[in-house]
Amino acid sequence: MYPIVLLSVLGIVLLFLGFLKSKNILLPATLLFLALALGSNFIDWNQGPLLYFYGMFSVTNLTLAFNAIVLVSAFMIAAMTRGFQDDEEAQPAEYFAIMTFSLVGAFMMIGYEHLIMLFVGVEILSVAMYILTGSEKRNTLSNEASLKYFLMGSFATGIMIFGIALLYGATGTFTLTGIRGFVSAGPAAQSYIMYGGLLLLLIGMLFKVSAAPFHFWTPDVYDGAPSIFTTFMSTIVKTAGFAAIFRLMAHSFSGIYDFWWVTLAAITVLTLFVGNIVAVYQNSFKRMMAYSSISHAGYLLIALTALTEQTERSILFYSMAYSVATISAFGVLMLIAKEKSLDGRPNESYDAFNGLAKQNPLLAFVLTVSMLSLAGIPLTAGFWGKFFVFSSAADRGLMWMLVVAVLMSAVGIYYYFRVVIASYMKEGNTAKIRVAPFYQIVLVAATVITILFGLAPGFFEQLL
Amino acid sequence: MLQTPAIPEIIQLIPLKNYLILSTALFVIGIIGVLTRRNAIVIFMSIELMLNAANLLLIAFSSYKSDPAGQVFVFFIMAVAAAEVAVGLAIIVMIYRNTRTTDIGFLNKLKW
Repeated sequence: MYPIVLLSVLGIVLLFLGFLKSKNILLPATLLFLALALGSNFIDWNQGPLLYFYGMFSVTNLTLAFNAIVLVSAFMIAAMTRGFQDDEEAQPAEYFAIMTFSLVGAFMMIGYEHLIMLFVGVEILSVAMYILTGSEKRNTLSNEASLKYFLMGSFATGIMIFGIALLYGATGTFTLTGIRGFVSAGPAAQSYIMYGGLLLLLIGMLFKVSAAPFHFWTPDVYDGAPSIFTTFMSTIVKTAGFAAIFRLMAHSFSGIYDFWWVTLAAITVLTLFVGNIVAVYQNSFKRMMAYSSISHAGYLLIALTALTEQTERSILFYSMAYSVATISAFGVLMLIAKEKSLDGRPNESYDAFNGLAKQNPLLAFVLTVSMLSLAGIPLTAGFWGKFFVFSSAADRGLMWMLVVAVLMSAVGIYYYFRVVIASYMKEGNTAKIRVAPFYQIVLVAATVITILFGLAPGFFEQLL
Repeated sequence: MLQTPAIPEIIQLIPLKNYLILSTALFVIGIIGVLTRRNAIVIFMSIELMLNAANLLLIAFSSYKSDPAGQVFVFFIMAVAAAEVAVGLAIIVMIYRNTRTTDIGFLNKLKW
Protein backbone atom coordinates (compact mmCIF):
# COMPACT_ATOMS: atom_id res chain seq x y z
CA MET A 1 0.00 0.00 0.00
CA TYR A 2 2.82 2.45 0.89
CA PRO A 3 4.24 2.71 -2.65
CA ILE A 4 0.74 3.52 -3.97
CA VAL A 5 0.34 6.49 -1.62
CA LEU A 6 3.93 7.60 -2.01
CA LEU A 7 4.03 7.51 -5.80
CA SER A 8 0.63 9.23 -6.14
CA VAL A 9 1.97 12.16 -4.13
CA LEU A 10 5.46 12.20 -5.60
CA GLY A 11 4.07 12.14 -9.14
CA ILE A 12 2.37 15.46 -8.41
CA VAL A 13 5.62 16.76 -6.92
CA LEU A 14 7.37 15.82 -10.19
CA LEU A 15 4.83 17.85 -12.16
CA PHE A 16 5.62 20.87 -9.99
CA LEU A 17 9.37 20.32 -10.42
CA GLY A 18 8.69 20.73 -14.13
CA PHE A 19 8.07 24.45 -13.50
CA LEU A 20 11.75 24.94 -12.65
CA LYS A 21 14.01 26.45 -15.30
CA SER A 22 16.54 23.66 -15.09
CA LYS A 23 15.36 20.28 -16.33
CA ASN A 24 18.40 18.53 -14.87
CA ILE A 25 16.81 17.87 -11.50
CA LEU A 26 13.97 15.75 -12.91
CA LEU A 27 15.90 12.55 -13.58
CA PRO A 28 17.64 12.37 -10.17
CA ALA A 29 14.34 13.26 -8.48
CA THR A 30 12.47 10.48 -10.30
CA LEU A 31 15.16 7.95 -9.47
CA LEU A 32 15.12 9.05 -5.83
CA PHE A 33 11.32 8.75 -5.66
CA LEU A 34 11.36 5.28 -7.22
CA ALA A 35 14.04 4.19 -4.76
CA LEU A 36 11.95 5.58 -1.88
CA ALA A 37 8.92 3.68 -3.15
CA LEU A 38 11.00 0.49 -3.38
CA GLY A 39 12.08 0.98 0.23
CA SER A 40 8.54 1.67 1.43
CA ASN A 41 7.33 -1.41 -0.44
CA PHE A 42 9.16 -3.61 2.06
CA ILE A 43 7.58 -2.09 5.19
CA ASP A 44 4.87 -4.76 4.92
CA TRP A 45 7.35 -7.56 4.25
CA ASN A 46 6.63 -10.71 6.30
CA GLN A 47 3.63 -9.05 7.97
CA GLY A 48 1.44 -11.84 6.61
CA PRO A 49 -1.57 -11.27 4.39
CA LEU A 50 -2.85 -7.74 5.04
CA LEU A 51 -5.93 -5.97 3.73
CA TYR A 52 -5.98 -2.24 3.00
CA PHE A 53 -8.50 0.31 1.69
CA TYR A 54 -11.53 -1.30 3.37
CA GLY A 55 -10.57 -4.78 2.27
CA MET A 56 -10.23 -3.84 -1.39
CA PHE A 57 -6.48 -4.34 -1.64
CA SER A 58 -4.39 -7.16 -0.29
CA VAL A 59 -0.69 -7.42 0.44
CA THR A 60 1.30 -10.63 0.68
CA ASN A 61 5.00 -11.33 0.22
CA LEU A 62 4.39 -12.43 -3.35
CA THR A 63 2.52 -9.27 -4.34
CA LEU A 64 5.35 -7.26 -2.75
CA ALA A 65 7.82 -9.22 -4.85
CA PHE A 66 5.81 -8.39 -8.00
CA ASN A 67 5.79 -4.73 -6.92
CA ALA A 68 9.55 -4.88 -6.49
CA ILE A 69 10.04 -6.25 -10.02
CA VAL A 70 7.87 -3.47 -11.43
CA LEU A 71 9.73 -0.81 -9.44
CA VAL A 72 13.19 -2.08 -10.33
CA SER A 73 12.24 -2.24 -14.02
CA ALA A 74 10.86 1.30 -13.84
CA PHE A 75 14.05 2.46 -12.12
CA MET A 76 16.21 0.99 -14.88
CA ILE A 77 14.01 2.42 -17.63
CA ALA A 78 13.95 5.86 -16.02
CA ALA A 79 17.73 5.75 -15.77
CA MET A 80 17.97 4.93 -19.49
CA THR A 81 15.90 7.97 -20.50
CA ARG A 82 18.85 10.26 -19.71
CA GLY A 83 16.22 12.81 -18.73
CA PHE A 84 14.99 13.12 -22.36
CA GLN A 85 17.77 15.68 -22.88
CA ASP A 86 18.37 14.73 -26.53
CA ASP A 87 14.86 15.60 -27.62
CA GLU A 88 14.02 19.28 -28.01
CA GLU A 89 10.26 18.78 -27.98
CA ALA A 90 10.15 16.37 -25.06
CA GLN A 91 8.30 17.27 -21.88
CA PRO A 92 10.39 15.41 -19.29
CA ALA A 93 8.36 16.43 -16.23
CA GLU A 94 5.11 15.17 -17.72
CA TYR A 95 6.68 11.95 -18.99
CA PHE A 96 8.21 11.11 -15.63
CA ALA A 97 5.00 12.02 -13.78
CA ILE A 98 2.89 9.82 -16.09
CA MET A 99 5.35 6.95 -15.68
CA THR A 100 5.11 7.35 -11.91
CA PHE A 101 1.30 7.44 -11.95
CA SER A 102 1.11 4.41 -14.22
CA LEU A 103 3.10 2.43 -11.66
CA VAL A 104 0.29 3.09 -9.17
CA GLY A 105 -2.06 1.38 -11.62
CA ALA A 106 0.35 -1.55 -11.88
CA PHE A 107 0.40 -1.98 -8.09
CA MET A 108 -3.39 -1.92 -7.98
CA MET A 109 -3.54 -4.65 -10.63
CA ILE A 110 -1.05 -6.76 -8.71
CA GLY A 111 -2.81 -6.67 -5.35
CA TYR A 112 -6.50 -6.10 -6.05
CA GLU A 113 -9.09 -7.83 -3.90
CA HIS A 114 -12.14 -6.08 -5.38
CA LEU A 115 -13.00 -5.80 -9.07
CA ILE A 116 -13.31 -1.98 -8.85
CA MET A 117 -9.63 -1.94 -7.89
CA LEU A 118 -8.80 -4.13 -10.89
CA PHE A 119 -10.74 -1.92 -13.27
CA VAL A 120 -9.27 1.35 -11.97
CA GLY A 121 -5.76 -0.14 -11.97
CA VAL A 122 -6.04 -1.38 -15.55
CA GLU A 123 -7.34 1.99 -16.66
CA ILE A 124 -4.65 4.02 -14.87
CA LEU A 125 -1.97 1.91 -16.50
CA SER A 126 -3.58 1.89 -19.96
CA VAL A 127 -4.49 5.58 -20.20
CA ALA A 128 -0.95 6.49 -19.15
CA MET A 129 0.38 4.20 -21.87
CA TYR A 130 -1.85 5.76 -24.57
CA ILE A 131 -0.33 9.14 -23.78
CA LEU A 132 3.26 7.93 -23.68
CA THR A 133 2.85 6.00 -26.95
CA GLY A 134 1.78 9.19 -28.69
CA SER A 135 4.38 11.38 -27.03
CA GLU A 136 6.20 12.15 -30.30
CA LYS A 137 3.56 14.54 -31.54
CA ARG A 138 5.03 15.26 -34.97
CA ASN A 139 5.92 11.66 -35.76
CA THR A 140 3.07 10.07 -37.73
CA LEU A 141 4.17 6.55 -36.77
CA SER A 142 3.91 7.42 -33.10
CA ASN A 143 0.49 9.03 -33.76
CA GLU A 144 -0.76 5.98 -35.55
CA ALA A 145 0.49 3.65 -32.81
CA SER A 146 -1.15 5.77 -30.17
CA LEU A 147 -4.56 5.85 -31.90
CA LYS A 148 -4.46 2.10 -32.56
CA TYR A 149 -3.52 1.41 -28.96
CA PHE A 150 -6.20 3.74 -27.68
CA LEU A 151 -9.03 2.31 -29.81
CA MET A 152 -8.06 -1.32 -29.20
CA GLY A 153 -7.36 -0.72 -25.53
CA SER A 154 -10.68 0.95 -24.78
CA PHE A 155 -12.48 -1.70 -26.84
CA ALA A 156 -10.89 -4.29 -24.56
CA THR A 157 -11.92 -2.24 -21.53
CA GLY A 158 -15.52 -2.24 -22.74
CA ILE A 159 -15.49 -6.02 -23.07
CA MET A 160 -13.90 -6.36 -19.65
CA ILE A 161 -16.50 -4.12 -17.98
CA PHE A 162 -19.36 -6.04 -19.54
CA GLY A 163 -17.81 -9.24 -18.23
CA ILE A 164 -17.55 -7.76 -14.74
CA ALA A 165 -21.21 -6.65 -14.94
CA LEU A 166 -22.32 -10.17 -15.88
CA LEU A 167 -20.22 -11.69 -13.12
CA TYR A 168 -21.79 -9.29 -10.65
CA GLY A 169 -25.25 -10.28 -11.87
CA ALA A 170 -24.48 -13.95 -11.38
CA THR A 171 -22.61 -13.82 -8.08
CA GLY A 172 -23.90 -10.61 -6.48
CA THR A 173 -20.46 -9.55 -5.35
CA PHE A 174 -17.31 -7.85 -6.63
CA THR A 175 -14.82 -9.26 -4.13
CA LEU A 176 -12.52 -12.12 -5.10
CA THR A 177 -13.32 -14.01 -1.90
CA GLY A 178 -17.05 -13.54 -2.46
CA ILE A 179 -16.80 -14.91 -6.01
CA ARG A 180 -14.67 -17.77 -4.73
CA GLY A 181 -17.36 -18.61 -2.17
CA PHE A 182 -20.00 -18.55 -4.89
CA VAL A 183 -17.96 -20.75 -7.21
CA SER A 184 -17.15 -23.30 -4.53
CA ALA A 185 -20.84 -23.49 -3.53
CA GLY A 186 -21.25 -25.97 -6.36
CA PRO A 187 -22.61 -26.11 -9.88
CA ALA A 188 -26.24 -25.70 -8.82
CA ALA A 189 -25.92 -21.95 -8.31
CA GLN A 190 -23.78 -21.33 -11.38
CA SER A 191 -25.39 -20.04 -14.51
CA TYR A 192 -24.41 -19.28 -18.08
CA ILE A 193 -24.29 -15.63 -17.08
CA MET A 194 -21.34 -16.36 -14.83
CA TYR A 195 -19.50 -18.36 -17.48
CA GLY A 196 -20.14 -15.62 -20.05
CA GLY A 197 -18.92 -12.98 -17.60
CA LEU A 198 -15.76 -14.92 -16.85
CA LEU A 199 -14.98 -15.37 -20.54
CA LEU A 200 -15.53 -11.69 -21.38
CA LEU A 201 -13.43 -10.56 -18.40
CA LEU A 202 -10.69 -12.98 -19.42
CA ILE A 203 -10.77 -11.75 -23.02
CA GLY A 204 -10.42 -8.16 -21.83
CA MET A 205 -7.42 -9.04 -19.68
CA LEU A 206 -5.77 -11.17 -22.38
CA PHE A 207 -6.09 -8.21 -24.73
CA LYS A 208 -3.96 -6.16 -22.35
CA VAL A 209 -1.19 -8.77 -22.14
CA SER A 210 -1.37 -9.33 -25.94
CA ALA A 211 -2.18 -13.02 -26.13
CA ALA A 212 -3.23 -14.30 -29.57
CA PRO A 213 -5.84 -13.93 -31.07
CA PHE A 214 -6.06 -10.58 -29.26
CA HIS A 215 -2.49 -9.60 -30.14
CA PHE A 216 -2.92 -7.75 -33.44
CA TRP A 217 -2.35 -4.30 -31.97
CA THR A 218 0.91 -5.27 -30.24
CA PRO A 219 3.47 -5.20 -33.09
CA ASP A 220 2.16 -1.92 -34.49
CA VAL A 221 2.04 -0.20 -31.13
CA TYR A 222 5.43 -1.47 -29.98
CA ASP A 223 6.94 -0.51 -33.31
CA GLY A 224 5.47 2.98 -33.49
CA ALA A 225 6.00 4.04 -29.89
CA PRO A 226 9.29 5.68 -28.87
CA SER A 227 11.67 2.84 -27.87
CA ILE A 228 11.90 3.91 -24.26
CA PHE A 229 8.14 3.61 -23.81
CA THR A 230 8.08 0.35 -25.73
CA THR A 231 10.43 -0.98 -23.07
CA PHE A 232 8.08 0.30 -20.40
CA MET A 233 5.06 -1.34 -22.05
CA SER A 234 6.66 -4.67 -22.75
CA THR A 235 7.98 -5.13 -19.21
CA ILE A 236 5.74 -3.40 -16.69
CA VAL A 237 2.36 -3.80 -18.37
CA LYS A 238 3.06 -7.47 -19.01
CA THR A 239 4.20 -8.21 -15.47
CA ALA A 240 1.23 -6.45 -13.90
CA GLY A 241 -1.22 -7.96 -16.38
CA PHE A 242 -0.12 -11.50 -15.68
CA ALA A 243 -0.15 -10.93 -11.94
CA ALA A 244 -3.75 -9.71 -12.33
CA ILE A 245 -4.93 -12.63 -14.48
CA PHE A 246 -3.24 -15.09 -12.15
CA ARG A 247 -4.96 -13.55 -9.14
CA LEU A 248 -8.36 -13.77 -10.77
CA MET A 249 -8.01 -17.37 -11.90
CA ALA A 250 -6.24 -18.74 -8.84
CA HIS A 251 -8.18 -16.92 -6.12
CA SER A 252 -11.67 -16.90 -7.56
CA PHE A 253 -12.06 -19.48 -10.27
CA SER A 254 -9.79 -22.38 -9.32
CA GLY A 255 -13.01 -24.23 -8.39
CA ILE A 256 -14.14 -24.40 -12.03
CA TYR A 257 -10.73 -25.22 -13.51
CA ASP A 258 -12.33 -27.86 -15.72
CA PHE A 259 -14.41 -25.16 -17.39
CA TRP A 260 -11.72 -22.68 -18.39
CA TRP A 261 -8.51 -24.62 -18.83
CA VAL A 262 -9.38 -25.79 -22.37
CA THR A 263 -10.02 -22.21 -23.52
CA LEU A 264 -6.82 -20.99 -21.96
CA ALA A 265 -4.86 -23.93 -23.37
CA ALA A 266 -6.08 -23.16 -26.90
CA ILE A 267 -5.14 -19.48 -26.48
CA THR A 268 -1.72 -20.49 -25.12
CA VAL A 269 -0.88 -22.72 -28.07
CA LEU A 270 -2.12 -20.13 -30.57
CA THR A 271 -0.06 -17.41 -28.85
CA LEU A 272 3.08 -19.55 -28.96
CA PHE A 273 2.62 -20.27 -32.66
CA VAL A 274 1.79 -16.72 -33.72
CA GLY A 275 4.49 -15.07 -31.61
CA ASN A 276 7.34 -17.32 -32.63
CA ILE A 277 6.52 -18.05 -36.28
CA VAL A 278 5.80 -14.45 -37.28
CA ALA A 279 8.87 -13.18 -35.42
CA VAL A 280 11.04 -15.19 -37.81
CA TYR A 281 9.89 -13.07 -40.78
CA GLN A 282 10.66 -9.67 -39.28
CA ASN A 283 13.41 -7.42 -40.58
CA SER A 284 13.23 -4.87 -37.84
CA PHE A 285 14.75 -5.75 -34.48
CA LYS A 286 12.17 -3.68 -32.64
CA ARG A 287 9.27 -5.44 -34.37
CA MET A 288 10.89 -8.78 -33.64
CA MET A 289 10.97 -7.80 -29.95
CA ALA A 290 7.22 -7.07 -30.16
CA TYR A 291 6.53 -10.58 -31.48
CA SER A 292 8.95 -11.94 -28.91
CA SER A 293 6.85 -10.28 -26.23
CA ILE A 294 3.79 -12.08 -27.63
CA SER A 295 5.63 -15.39 -27.51
CA HIS A 296 6.72 -14.76 -23.93
CA ALA A 297 3.09 -14.05 -23.07
CA GLY A 298 2.50 -17.57 -24.42
CA TYR A 299 5.10 -19.11 -22.10
CA LEU A 300 3.62 -17.26 -19.13
CA LEU A 301 0.17 -18.53 -20.13
CA ILE A 302 1.49 -22.10 -19.90
CA ALA A 303 2.13 -21.59 -16.21
CA LEU A 304 -1.33 -20.06 -15.86
CA THR A 305 -3.04 -22.92 -17.67
CA ALA A 306 -1.26 -25.47 -15.49
CA LEU A 307 -2.17 -23.58 -12.27
CA THR A 308 -0.24 -25.59 -9.70
CA GLU A 309 1.06 -24.43 -6.34
CA GLN A 310 4.25 -23.26 -8.03
CA THR A 311 2.51 -21.11 -10.64
CA GLU A 312 2.79 -17.76 -8.89
CA ARG A 313 6.48 -18.27 -8.19
CA SER A 314 7.19 -19.35 -11.73
CA ILE A 315 5.30 -16.36 -13.16
CA LEU A 316 7.28 -14.14 -10.79
CA PHE A 317 10.63 -15.60 -11.80
CA TYR A 318 9.75 -15.61 -15.48
CA SER A 319 8.62 -11.99 -15.53
CA MET A 320 11.77 -10.97 -13.64
CA ALA A 321 14.03 -12.76 -16.14
CA TYR A 322 12.03 -11.47 -19.11
CA SER A 323 11.91 -7.86 -17.87
CA VAL A 324 15.64 -7.63 -17.18
CA ALA A 325 16.60 -9.17 -20.52
CA THR A 326 14.15 -6.98 -22.45
CA ILE A 327 15.39 -3.82 -20.75
CA SER A 328 19.01 -4.52 -21.64
CA ALA A 329 18.10 -5.49 -25.23
CA PHE A 330 16.17 -2.28 -25.76
CA GLY A 331 18.94 -0.34 -24.02
CA VAL A 332 21.44 -1.51 -26.62
CA LEU A 333 18.91 -1.01 -29.43
CA MET A 334 18.29 2.62 -28.47
CA LEU A 335 22.02 3.43 -28.53
CA ILE A 336 22.59 1.78 -31.89
CA ALA A 337 19.40 3.05 -33.53
CA LYS A 338 20.44 6.59 -32.64
CA GLU A 339 24.02 6.11 -33.81
CA LYS A 340 22.95 4.65 -37.17
CA SER A 341 19.96 6.89 -37.76
CA LEU A 342 18.73 7.28 -41.34
CA ASP A 343 17.17 10.59 -42.42
CA GLY A 344 16.93 11.67 -38.81
CA ARG A 345 14.91 8.59 -37.86
CA PRO A 346 16.35 5.83 -35.66
CA ASN A 347 17.38 2.76 -37.65
CA GLU A 348 15.96 -0.28 -35.91
CA SER A 349 16.62 -2.98 -38.51
CA TYR A 350 18.91 -5.98 -38.00
CA ASP A 351 21.45 -4.43 -40.37
CA ALA A 352 22.16 -1.67 -37.88
CA PHE A 353 23.83 -4.27 -35.66
CA ASN A 354 26.33 -5.44 -38.31
CA GLY A 355 29.88 -5.48 -36.99
CA LEU A 356 28.91 -4.12 -33.60
CA ALA A 357 31.35 -6.24 -31.63
CA LYS A 358 34.56 -4.82 -33.16
CA GLN A 359 34.44 -1.40 -31.58
CA ASN A 360 31.84 -1.97 -28.85
CA PRO A 361 32.59 -5.31 -27.18
CA LEU A 362 30.63 -4.41 -24.04
CA LEU A 363 27.42 -3.57 -25.91
CA ALA A 364 27.71 -6.73 -27.99
CA PHE A 365 28.21 -8.80 -24.85
CA VAL A 366 25.20 -7.23 -23.08
CA LEU A 367 23.08 -7.86 -26.17
CA THR A 368 24.27 -11.47 -26.43
CA VAL A 369 23.48 -12.26 -22.80
CA SER A 370 20.01 -10.77 -23.07
CA MET A 371 19.29 -12.68 -26.30
CA LEU A 372 20.54 -15.92 -24.68
CA SER A 373 18.24 -15.26 -21.74
CA LEU A 374 15.23 -14.56 -23.96
CA ALA A 375 15.94 -17.71 -25.97
CA GLY A 376 16.25 -19.73 -22.77
CA ILE A 377 19.83 -20.99 -23.04
CA PRO A 378 21.25 -22.48 -19.80
CA LEU A 379 23.29 -20.37 -17.38
CA THR A 380 20.94 -17.42 -17.88
CA ALA A 381 17.86 -16.46 -15.87
CA GLY A 382 15.63 -17.05 -18.90
CA PHE A 383 16.52 -20.76 -18.91
CA TRP A 384 15.33 -21.23 -15.34
CA GLY A 385 12.21 -19.16 -16.05
CA LYS A 386 11.30 -21.55 -18.85
CA PHE A 387 12.34 -24.53 -16.71
CA PHE A 388 9.96 -23.58 -13.89
CA VAL A 389 7.12 -22.85 -16.30
CA PHE A 390 7.60 -26.13 -18.17
CA SER A 391 7.90 -28.16 -14.99
CA SER A 392 4.60 -26.76 -13.69
CA ALA A 393 2.98 -27.87 -16.96
CA ALA A 394 4.57 -31.29 -16.54
CA ASP A 395 3.14 -31.53 -13.02
CA ARG A 396 -0.31 -31.01 -14.50
CA GLY A 397 0.36 -33.63 -17.16
CA LEU A 398 0.03 -31.23 -20.11
CA MET A 399 2.64 -33.08 -22.15
CA TRP A 400 1.32 -32.11 -25.58
CA MET A 401 1.55 -28.47 -24.61
CA LEU A 402 5.14 -28.97 -23.46
CA VAL A 403 6.05 -30.45 -26.82
CA VAL A 404 4.62 -27.40 -28.60
CA ALA A 405 6.39 -25.03 -26.21
CA VAL A 406 9.78 -26.70 -26.60
CA LEU A 407 9.48 -26.74 -30.39
CA MET A 408 8.53 -23.08 -30.38
CA SER A 409 11.44 -22.10 -28.15
CA ALA A 410 13.70 -23.86 -30.66
CA VAL A 411 12.22 -21.57 -33.32
CA GLY A 412 12.93 -18.67 -30.97
CA ILE A 413 16.66 -19.46 -30.99
CA TYR A 414 16.76 -18.67 -34.72
CA TYR A 415 15.47 -15.14 -34.52
CA TYR A 416 17.21 -14.24 -31.29
CA PHE A 417 20.56 -15.39 -32.66
CA ARG A 418 20.21 -13.44 -35.89
CA VAL A 419 21.14 -10.24 -34.13
CA VAL A 420 24.00 -11.90 -32.24
CA ILE A 421 25.36 -13.25 -35.53
CA ALA A 422 24.96 -9.82 -37.10
CA SER A 423 26.96 -8.16 -34.36
CA TYR A 424 29.81 -10.71 -34.24
CA MET A 425 30.11 -12.24 -37.71
CA LYS A 426 28.75 -9.77 -40.27
CA GLU A 427 30.92 -7.10 -41.87
CA GLY A 428 30.09 -3.56 -40.98
CA ASN A 429 31.60 -0.56 -39.33
CA THR A 430 30.11 0.86 -36.21
CA ALA A 431 32.11 3.63 -34.65
CA LYS A 432 32.76 3.46 -30.94
CA ILE A 433 29.53 4.51 -29.24
CA ARG A 434 29.97 6.69 -26.21
CA VAL A 435 27.78 5.40 -23.41
CA ALA A 436 26.90 7.62 -20.48
CA PRO A 437 28.24 6.16 -17.21
CA PHE A 438 24.81 5.74 -15.64
CA TYR A 439 23.45 4.05 -18.75
CA GLN A 440 26.41 1.70 -18.70
CA ILE A 441 25.76 0.83 -15.04
CA VAL A 442 22.16 -0.09 -15.87
CA LEU A 443 23.18 -2.31 -18.78
CA VAL A 444 25.87 -4.05 -16.75
CA ALA A 445 23.53 -4.48 -13.77
CA ALA A 446 20.87 -6.08 -15.99
CA THR A 447 23.47 -8.46 -17.42
CA VAL A 448 24.79 -9.34 -13.97
CA ILE A 449 21.27 -10.05 -12.70
CA THR A 450 20.58 -12.30 -15.70
CA ILE A 451 23.77 -14.31 -15.18
CA LEU A 452 23.48 -14.37 -11.39
CA PHE A 453 19.99 -15.84 -11.41
CA GLY A 454 21.05 -18.14 -14.22
CA LEU A 455 23.83 -19.58 -12.06
CA ALA A 456 21.89 -19.69 -8.80
CA PRO A 457 18.11 -19.69 -9.27
CA GLY A 458 17.69 -21.06 -5.73
CA PHE A 459 18.91 -17.69 -4.48
CA PHE A 460 15.65 -16.19 -5.70
CA GLU A 461 13.58 -18.73 -3.81
CA GLN A 462 15.42 -17.89 -0.61
CA LEU A 463 14.67 -14.20 -1.01
CA LEU A 464 10.94 -14.86 -0.78
CA MET B 1 -26.24 -12.00 7.24
CA LEU B 2 -28.00 -8.72 6.63
CA GLN B 3 -31.65 -8.85 5.75
CA THR B 4 -31.91 -7.58 2.19
CA PRO B 5 -34.73 -5.03 1.79
CA ALA B 6 -37.60 -6.02 -0.47
CA ILE B 7 -37.42 -4.88 -4.09
CA PRO B 8 -40.00 -2.13 -4.75
CA GLU B 9 -43.03 -3.11 -6.85
CA ILE B 10 -42.32 -0.45 -9.43
CA ILE B 11 -38.95 -1.97 -10.30
CA GLN B 12 -40.38 -5.46 -10.59
CA LEU B 13 -42.81 -4.31 -13.28
CA ILE B 14 -40.10 -4.88 -15.85
CA PRO B 15 -38.44 -8.28 -15.50
CA LEU B 16 -34.65 -8.40 -15.13
CA LYS B 17 -34.41 -10.44 -18.28
CA ASN B 18 -35.53 -7.44 -20.38
CA TYR B 19 -32.68 -5.33 -19.02
CA LEU B 20 -30.27 -8.13 -19.80
CA ILE B 21 -31.52 -8.34 -23.38
CA LEU B 22 -31.47 -4.56 -23.85
CA SER B 23 -27.95 -4.09 -22.56
CA THR B 24 -26.64 -7.07 -24.49
CA ALA B 25 -28.18 -5.61 -27.64
CA LEU B 26 -26.53 -2.24 -26.94
CA PHE B 27 -23.23 -3.98 -26.31
CA VAL B 28 -23.41 -5.90 -29.57
CA ILE B 29 -24.34 -2.74 -31.49
CA GLY B 30 -21.26 -1.13 -29.95
CA ILE B 31 -19.02 -4.03 -31.03
CA ILE B 32 -20.42 -3.96 -34.56
CA GLY B 33 -19.84 -0.21 -34.68
CA VAL B 34 -16.20 -0.62 -33.63
CA LEU B 35 -15.61 -3.31 -36.22
CA THR B 36 -17.33 -1.69 -39.21
CA ARG B 37 -17.06 2.12 -39.00
CA ARG B 38 -14.09 3.93 -40.56
CA ASN B 39 -14.12 7.20 -38.65
CA ALA B 40 -12.09 7.31 -35.43
CA ILE B 41 -14.67 9.45 -33.65
CA VAL B 42 -17.56 7.14 -34.56
CA ILE B 43 -15.54 4.12 -33.38
CA PHE B 44 -14.94 6.00 -30.18
CA MET B 45 -18.68 6.64 -29.78
CA SER B 46 -19.35 2.94 -30.26
CA ILE B 47 -16.88 2.16 -27.49
CA GLU B 48 -18.74 4.56 -25.21
CA LEU B 49 -21.94 2.72 -26.12
CA MET B 50 -20.33 -0.52 -24.97
CA LEU B 51 -19.37 1.05 -21.65
CA ASN B 52 -22.88 2.41 -21.17
CA ALA B 53 -24.40 -0.99 -21.93
CA ALA B 54 -22.31 -2.35 -19.08
CA ASN B 55 -23.43 0.55 -16.86
CA LEU B 56 -27.08 -0.19 -17.56
CA LEU B 57 -26.57 -3.85 -16.76
CA LEU B 58 -24.79 -3.03 -13.50
CA ILE B 59 -27.58 -0.69 -12.41
CA ALA B 60 -30.28 -3.23 -13.27
CA PHE B 61 -28.55 -6.00 -11.32
CA SER B 62 -27.88 -3.59 -8.49
CA SER B 63 -31.57 -2.65 -8.13
CA TYR B 64 -32.77 -6.23 -8.33
CA LYS B 65 -30.28 -7.33 -5.70
CA SER B 66 -30.88 -4.24 -3.51
CA ASP B 67 -27.12 -3.91 -3.31
CA PRO B 68 -25.51 -0.47 -3.81
CA ALA B 69 -22.11 -1.86 -4.83
CA GLY B 70 -23.12 -2.08 -8.48
CA GLN B 71 -24.15 1.56 -8.60
CA VAL B 72 -20.87 2.63 -7.00
CA PHE B 73 -19.06 0.74 -9.73
CA VAL B 74 -21.02 2.72 -12.30
CA PHE B 75 -19.69 5.97 -10.84
CA PHE B 76 -16.16 4.67 -11.22
CA ILE B 77 -16.82 3.65 -14.83
CA MET B 78 -18.26 7.09 -15.62
CA ALA B 79 -15.28 8.89 -14.07
CA VAL B 80 -12.75 6.69 -15.84
CA ALA B 81 -14.63 6.96 -19.14
CA ALA B 82 -14.44 10.76 -18.85
CA ALA B 83 -10.66 10.51 -18.39
CA GLU B 84 -10.48 8.23 -21.41
CA VAL B 85 -12.49 10.70 -23.49
CA ALA B 86 -10.05 13.46 -22.58
CA VAL B 87 -7.04 11.42 -23.68
CA GLY B 88 -8.78 9.90 -26.70
CA LEU B 89 -9.98 13.18 -28.15
CA ALA B 90 -6.54 14.68 -27.57
CA ILE B 91 -5.01 11.84 -29.58
CA ILE B 92 -7.57 12.29 -32.38
CA VAL B 93 -6.94 16.07 -32.47
CA MET B 94 -3.19 15.46 -32.62
CA ILE B 95 -3.68 13.14 -35.59
CA TYR B 96 -6.06 15.56 -37.29
CA ARG B 97 -3.40 18.28 -37.06
CA ASN B 98 -0.85 16.08 -38.81
CA THR B 99 -3.02 14.41 -41.42
CA ARG B 100 -6.16 16.58 -41.76
CA THR B 101 -8.40 13.51 -41.45
CA THR B 102 -9.94 11.30 -38.76
CA ASP B 103 -10.50 8.35 -41.07
CA ILE B 104 -8.72 5.25 -39.82
CA GLY B 105 -7.79 4.35 -43.40
CA PHE B 106 -4.58 6.32 -42.93
CA LEU B 107 -3.46 3.91 -40.22
CA ASN B 108 -1.50 1.83 -42.70
CA LYS B 109 2.12 2.77 -42.18
CA LEU B 110 2.70 0.12 -39.54
CA LYS B 111 2.04 -3.39 -40.71
CA TRP B 112 3.55 -6.85 -40.43
